[in-house]
Amino acid sequence: MSAAGVVIVGAGLGGLRTAESLRGAGYAGPVTVVGDEEYLPYSRPPLSKEALAGGIDVATLEFRRKASVDDVTWLRGTPVVACSLEQRFVTLADGTVLEFDGLVIASGIRPRRLPIPGPSFGRHVLRTATDALALRPLLAPGRHVIIMGAGFIGCEVAATARKLGAKVAIVALDEEPMMRPLGLELGAGMRHRHEEHGVHFHLGHTIDEFIGDDHVRSVSLSDGSELPADVVLEAVGSVTNVDWLEGNGLDLSDGVLVDGSMRVATDLAPVVAVGDIARHPNALFDGIPHRIEHWNMPTETGRRAGQTLAALLRGAEPDPAPFTGMPSFWSDQYSHTLQSFGMPGLATSIVMVDGEADGPCIAEFRNGSGLVGVVGVDRTPQLAAYRPQLMQRPLAHA
Amino acid sequence: MVKITVDRDVCQNYAQCCFEASGAFTLGDDAIMTYQAEVDESLRNDVERAADFCPTQAITVE
Repeated sequence: MSAAGVVIVGAGLGGLRTAESLRGAGYAGPVTVVGDEEYLPYSRPPLSKEALAGGIDVATLEFRRKASVDDVTWLRGTPVVACSLEQRFVTLADGTVLEFDGLVIASGIRPRRLPIPGPSFGRHVLRTATDALALRPLLAPGRHVIIMGAGFIGCEVAATARKLGAKVAIVALDEEPMMRPLGLELGAGMRHRHEEHGVHFHLGHTIDEFIGDDHVRSVSLSDGSELPADVVLEAVGSVTNVDWLEGNGLDLSDGVLVDGSMRVATDLAPVVAVGDIARHPNALFDGIPHRIEHWNMPTETGRRAGQTLAALLRGAEPDPAPFTGMPSFWSDQYSHTLQSFGMPGLATSIVMVDGEADGPCIAEFRNGSGLVGVVGVDRTPQLAAYRPQLMQRPLAHA
Repeated sequence: MVKITVDRDVCQNYAQCCFEASGAFTLGDDAIMTYQAEVDESLRNDVERAADFCPTQAITVE
């Protein structure tokens, strides 16, 4: 082994957990984590919820780092722009070249931007603490906030903006908010809760144009209507940060394809990928690789990836056991808490088994293989029993 | 024994700890989490997972 060690590209939760797992698996060589943000790894979920409502202090959002990674080198504010797996180095935006023996791809995702004509000033996204710091002072009483997209981030910011006294309208192509994971009925129930809090929905529509001289003053919708806008939040999904990996023969069609050990299929170098960017198979479900942008996946995949890379770097084969991390998400909107286990997006039928969509409820998500997911609203204590049940699904052969 | 401390000023009752380590953290019907300050060493891995998965990083394990 050379002295180059491991380079982890991405200083989010996935990068941190992989570093900790490498150390836990006995890897004692140098580890360098490279991040494009100025901050050490911090928790992103509060950025659309309590931190956005109460004030953003990034220091309080920082993850506690295990003592085992005290000797890790953190390079911050330095994006990686290129990589050669064959020659085993990455190039940073400032020209620095870092050689590696093993590489961790943890570069995550960024908000998708749509090419819509009009001024750019007044248009925001929410992914980083820097984004949240820019958005926070604009969510003031009486301000017109337009949210593009009715996914979790859009809906959470809508709830936070209402709490702060802003006027909120959501514009989205979907039939109901959070349609893909929740389905029509639960989605409608969440829409009703937002409407009770004064949020206006313009569903089935897009924004055709931002109107204003140097700053967005209104938005023009596909139905011809115009809505006043002091600030626009664009929350229409994400794109993966794979640009720096181009030219290495990897499958980058939707993030980075990995196997159940989080290993990237290449003979050129030991490489693993983790977190939002890793398209990984889960044997508990269909065994088909998916990217899962849920809170717990960077930790689940990072733990596995660290063990895999440590094995590869000592010349051993990684543990062939299939990956069975349980996908889980939660969302807070007003006083309501959504909690999910499994992969509800794989379901072909949704059955409400407890309550109704406008109140506390639990819905089971099923397909030909049985129960694949469960979603509860204000039923988290009762939902917990589903997790062990889903953990016992027969394993799929990838 | 494994010693558990939860910073209640930071905890938001997201309940992720209850899913990872149900032997130490319990979610009541009121959706408020309660926990045991000391648990058996056999639960250490679960409890450390609970601390890792806490969205607000409110859990300290000794």
